[in-house]
Amino acid sequence: MTTWLLRRLIQALFVVLAMTVIVFLGVNVIGNPVDILISPDADQAERVRAIAALGLDKPLWQQYLIFLQGALHGDLGRSFVYNEPALKLIAGRMPATMELAVTAVLLSVVIGIPLGLYAGLHPDGLVGRATMAGSILGFSLPSFWVGLMLIMVFAVQLGWLPSTGRGQTAELFGVQWSFLTRDGLAHMAMPAFNLALGSIALVLRLTRAGVRENLPMDYVKFARAKGLSPNRVVFVHVMKNILIPVVTVLGLQFGGLIAFSVVTESVFAWPGMGKLIIDSINVLDRPVIVAYLMMIVFLFIFINLAVDLLYTVLDPRVRLDESS
Amino acid sequence: MRVELRMLCLAAVLGTGLAGPAEAQKLSIGVAAPVTSVDPHYHTLSPNQSLASHIFDPLVDMDATVHPVPSLAESWKLVDDHTWEFKLRTTNFHDGSAFTAEDVAFTLNRVPRVANSPGSFSIYTKAITGVEIVDAHTIRLRTAGVYPLLPVDLTQVPIISHGIGPDPKTEDFNSGKNAIGTGPFKFVAFRPGDRIVLARNDAYWGPKPAWSDVDYRIISNDAARTAALLSGDVGFIDAVPSSDVAKLRADPKLTIAETISLRLIFLWLDHQHPDGSMYVTGPNGEKLDRNPLQDLRVRQALSLAINRPAITQRVMEDTAIPSGQFLPPGSYSYVPDLQAPPYDPAKAKQLLTEAGYPNGFRITLQGSNDRYVNDAKIIQAVGQMWTRVGVQTTVDAMPWTAYIGRAGKQEFSAFQLGWGTSTGEASNPLRALIATYNAQKGLGTVNRGRYSNPKVDAVIEQAVVTADDTAREKLLQQATRMAMDDVAMIPLHQQKNIWAMRKGLTYVARGDEQNRVFDIRPAE
Repeated sequence: MTTWLLRRLIQALFVVLAMTVIVFLGVNVIGNPVDILISPDADQAERVRAIAALGLDKPLWQQYLIFLQGALHGDLGRSFVYNEPALKLIAGRMPATMELAVTAVLLSVVIGIPLGLYAGLHPDGLVGRATMAGSILGFSLPSFWVGLMLIMVFAVQLGWLPSTGRGQTAELFGVQWSFLTRDGLAHMAMPAFNLALGSIALVLRLTRAGVRENLPMDYVKFARAKGLSPNRVVFVHVMKNILIPVVTVLGLQFGGLIAFSVVTESVFAWPGMGKLIIDSINVLDRPVIVAYLMMIVFLFIFINLAVDLLYTVLDPRVRLDESS
Repeated sequence: MRVELRMLCLAAVLGTGLAGPAEAQKLSIGVAAPVTSVDPHYHTLSPNQSLASHIFDPLVDMDATVHPVPSLAESWKLVDDHTWEFKLRTTNFHDGSAFTAEDVAFTLNRVPRVANSPGSFSIYTKAITGVEIVDAHTIRLRTAGVYPLLPVDLTQVPIISHGIGPDPKTEDFNSGKNAIGTGPFKFVAFRPGDRIVLARNDAYWGPKPAWSDVDYRIISNDAARTAALLSGDVGFIDAVPSSDVAKLRADPKLTIAETISLRLIFLWLDHQHPDGSMYVTGPNGEKLDRNPLQDLRVRQALSLAINRPAITQRVMEDTAIPSGQFLPPGSYSYVPDLQAPPYDPAKAKQLLTEAGYPNGFRITLQGSNDRYVNDAKIIQAVGQMWTRVGVQTTVDAMPWTAYIGRAGKQEFSAFQLGWGTSTGEASNPLRALIATYNAQKGLGTVNRGRYSNPKVDAVIEQAVVTADDTAREKLLQQATRMAMDDVAMIPLHQQKNIWAMRKGLTYVARGDEQNRVFDIRPAE
């Protein structure tokens, strides 16, 4: 277990290193941040000064070494645009994205699994079929369009929900959260649902497929023959077996929801990390791009770890040390 | 913290649309461009400057038509050729301390020394070589030579209080600690990427703002911003997308405020490479041994081939006017009889033939696709118009981040850019765009086509040291006309700035794209 964990962490370190090199080279190839940031009224001398002020006058390898040195001391650089530490900026935006992503995952579990179960148990019923048809829409409608339609219907036409923004927040553990206030929840409803839509459809279909696959299996027949109640057969025995793919996908989805919530965040003016990264890319704010991607890499590695650990709980046959 | 929470609660109440009489003095607005810092001297970025105008005042301000008007300075005059004297207003900062000449000196001293600035405000103060405090309400600023533009430059420099201590940090402005100005609103909270909360400064020296509490929200997505206005979440939005203007204009619950902007959209041509421009080839793709764009007749032909009214009416959906110079009508140094070049494809073909290109040539027209209103569509339209007169045009639109660096390295033959004249007078574009590139003199800084005409240079250099306003205006008009007659670049149109708000509000539409909440008032 420990060697397995250690090996994973060393792998992670290399992935992060490779990623920082790619970002440094990539930003350099796209253009010079000073060209984008500097005032059009600035003269040539001011341009030279700005390049030096941002440390862009040094050769790229030297900039990279300076960055690595800082990173070892926990300093990922200051944003060119905000003049604040990149990590602090990202940490400030993280709660907004996290609560949206967690809510979206919860929604996909709460809506996706029961509907999937139902559709799997009653594949020929009208409701089961309608659910499956609906899930196709959930997959295929582009989320920016769905987001705008939600706003048009629920905010502009019906006036039930606020159109954009984060609303009132309350403090917990020194961080502002929307889910603690009624107004905050009202603001969260549409973006969270919009973000969750794809995952709901995915979980629903996975669950249904799992149920269809498991029902004819011997262990189900045996459990029935043993006289177990239908509920116990479905909710304990079948459920355990279909949850493994669902957990894997949910884990990856969670990472994806955090890393790529940018569309939903833009449409709903939700001040999360996704908006920060897209704004930063638009002005080549390299410290923020690097810090954000480093964080996302760590996040995915952590989620994969958690998923692997969950496997062992769900399926006792899985051993983490197997390969070594 | 508590104040901040209360503000947000108020904002929330407003957001739910319960606009009763008690909430009549609260306003939420939605702006497109994110504010990145409350520090008024950190980054020369217009959204930051828009916000700063609420909390801080400059010595001299710009009115809605971008003419200088008194602000913290009640009057100013040239004492001698090298010295400007400013008489200061008696007023107080938000913390109650008195505003004096000391604060002006402190500000001017701080501006060039802001740490890590990606775009320093020192470009507006660098002409100042000496600061002399005469008394608490009189200050004299010395310049190296005659510098008539100093009051205009100082409109860009918000004054901060010397009471916040030496070398104030940008973070301390963002947290509110240093965000102490003399402006119409006090700072309450800054949530990056989300909103800025402001409260009225009841002791403000100027007209009292109509709003006791303001929620200054960032809603970058065009459709979401329009939806926020339609749903009543915000009462006012800026940068109304051109595709929504007609619909919002027809909505009886809304009002539109618009004016012609100081932003000119134009095309650069490569004036530099005599042995052939990179993206220009012969009519059959063969290499040319000369650069046709250096021939005045070719430049005139390319300008005459463009149907500007078609672009402003169709592509821009009437949110722009055709233009033949840098500034809109009514500006200082606007040339009244210099009209937008007419659409004349026959004349264009004839000029091309005279220049030795009866079969035209091939060219690539480059531009951004995410920077200016409809930028990619505009160059597509121009490309078709040029092709129609025989100049076979390939259009290449790319993201601004990838585009602007290459434009600065003269890698293009014909390319689109925009210029917002922040000073409201022609010396700014003439010096930056038209004057010959010269790093020592700081001229031609963004002359990306590398146009160079010593005769125009001489007039520009004479104009900027002419103290008399009337004489200077004449020279600036002369230089503008010379540059346009020589087709230094091809002007296309001036954009309109468009704001939309709920019925019952009025706004003084500004030429400089700034949002000023204190100019939004309930209609009488």
